[in-house]
Amino acid sequence: MKILVCVSKTPDTTAKVAFKDSNTKYDDAGVQWIINPYDEWYSLVRAIELKEKDAATVIHLVTVGTADADTVIRKALALGGDEAIRINADSHDSFYIASQIAYIAKEGGYDLIFTGKETIDYNGSSIGGMVAELLDMPYASLVLKFDLNGNTATTTREIEGGEEVSEVNLPLVVSSQQGMAEPRIPNMRGIMAARSKPLKVVEPIAVDALTSIVSFELPQAKAGVKLVDADNVAELVRLLHEEAKVI
Amino acid sequence: MSVLIFIDQADGHIKKSSFETLTYGADVAKQLGTTAEALLLGTSTEDIATLGKYGISKVYHIANDSLNNLDAQVYTQVIADAVTQANASVVIFSHNQTGKAVAARVATKLKAGLVAGACALPDTSNGFVVKKTVFSGKAFANVSISSAVKVISVNPNSHTTIIGDGVAEVASLNITVPTPKVKVIAVNKTSGDIPLTEADIVVSGGRGLKGPENWGIIIDLAKALGAATACSRPVSDSDWRPHHEHVGQTGIQVAPNLYIAVGISGAIQHLAGVNRSKIIVVINKDPEAPFFKAADYGIVGDAFEVLPKLTEEIKKFKAGA
Ligand SMILES: Cc1cc2nc3c(=O)[nH]c(=O)nc-3n(C[C@H](O)[C@H](O)[C@H](O)COP(=O)(O)OP(=O)(O)OC[C@H]3O[C@@H](n4cnc5c(N)ncnc54)[C@H](O)[C@@H]3O)c2cc1C
Repeated sequence: MKILVCVSKTPDTTAKVAFKDSNTKYDDAGVQWIINPYDEWYSLVRAIELKEKDAATVIHLVTVGTADADTVIRKALALGGDEAIRINADSHDSFYIASQIAYIAKEGGYDLIFTGKETIDYNGSSIGGMVAELLDMPYASLVLKFDLNGNTATTTREIEGGEEVSEVNLPLVVSSQQGMAEPRIPNMRGIMAARSKPLKVVEPIAVDALTSIVSFELPQAKAGVKLVDADNVAELVRLLHEEAKVI
Repeated sequence: MSVLIFIDQADGHIKKSSFETLTYGADVAKQLGTTAEALLLGTSTEDIATLGKYGISKVYHIANDSLNNLDAQVYTQVIADAVTQANASVVIFSHNQTGKAVAARVATKLKAGLVAGACALPDTSNGFVVKKTVFSGKAFANVSISSAVKVISVNPNSHTTIIGDGVAEVASLNITVPTPKVKVIAVNKTSGDIPLTEADIVVSGGRGLKGPENWGIIIDLAKALGAATACSRPVSDSDWRPHHEHVGQTGIQVAPNLYIAVGISGAIQHLAGVNRSKIIVVINKDPEAPFFKAADYGIVGDAFEVLPKLTEEIKKFKAGA
């Protein structure tokens, strides 16, 4: 079994969101980078769990990013995974990124490809679907539970107002979210081992991006909270009806 | 060069988010001076022609029952064929669970640029630029699509549904439906509840409620308001509430008209999932709780005292209204 886990670096969840160069670029000065939580907590940990059950499983990590992603990849390798591939490119176009990953995936002949349901910075929620389409594989999106029985995967997917359990044969692309695994933290042995695991850097293939970010905006600040006395909840109901008009 | 809107349905019923996307698509078509048409997959129990009231002129209905379950690969093939046959240049989805499963695939098949999570109509004054939420609602990006065909998935609750009185022509298309590879074994609905992403009002509880046994006051208020229930991350991590209720940066992002946060401190990761709500009400016993800074209305008080009173007042209001 060969598993490819897609990982992305994202700003720490408490990082300040600000922009520079006339609001055309994210200002990453002083930002701490983390592994996108969906990639780390769910995709990667579930892949590691599968490997713990079947030692013949091989886990490769892939990221599309520049050299400043390397620390985050080493951290992912410290959790588990056998080697990492970094495609040396900087892009925010999902189609460009997915095309790079699909190229690597095709070469590697993976049975299972995990992506996070989205990255917490650009919120594209597109890479899994795009990679699946480029590889002509079935796609299980927003997966809450993932089990493997031989060549057949059983997935529980989030659907509106509930869950859907389905079966599909590998190869398969999965997008992961909360529920699929319990977050882990790397231990000392993992951190030491990660240092000597291969991190291959490859150059991107030529792909035309289909979108580009023109500018960023911050939401308008709230006017300030209107406090209502705890003994006068009727006043809150009145405000919600007459002023805010939401009930 | 029309606009084609994908209509999402479950069990033969059209989802609320689809009415918003129909209106959105009709508005895009108006802006581009073209017609808005829609696509419905699977058998339906609804009167499809009446969808014309959302401003669309035609509905292509492919009433094949193997399309009643979502197989992203099959849907993609069918939708892409429909886009080609209808000669559509803009394709619109809801950014809901179905949209997240298929919009990106369809875009890729069509070599079309995608903006996922749009929150406003495109700006077509100079190219084709769509505003979307980024950093889990902490910011917006204006994204330009350069391809000939464009795909947009629209955030639920971000476009107001407009109802007119048109009637749509119902047509079919000659499309071969591939055999699904995904076999659905079970569908488990959280029965009776309002889906969180579709809800106009959300009542959400945090660690301040102390334990799952106290959730009655949240549920009562939600019932009185016709609201969905949600929670903060530690609450679902401790299994007080199911995972699918967890909102925030690493959970579900919601944008209801009214979000009522009870016993939630307002950590930045929580706010990221709810700050697109139109109105936020915070009930917290700590006047220094950071959530008050992001709120429109607030009550400083003990949830166990305030909530039952609020539920009573809402009931009184509903009875009088
Ligand atoms: C990487 C990362 C991702 C995260 N993602 C998310 C996410 O997606 N969603 C999320 O919610 N969190 C997330 N968190 C966790 C977040 O940082 C907070 O820890 C969490 O939101 C706090 O939950 P809470 O407000 O319920 O609990 P607390 O912070 O413990 O707050 C409880 C609140 O209840 C109030 N309270 C207590 N008793 C009462 C009473 N009787 N009446 C009224 N009020 C009372 C207190 O004053 C307090 O403000 C994430 C954290 C990290 C590090």
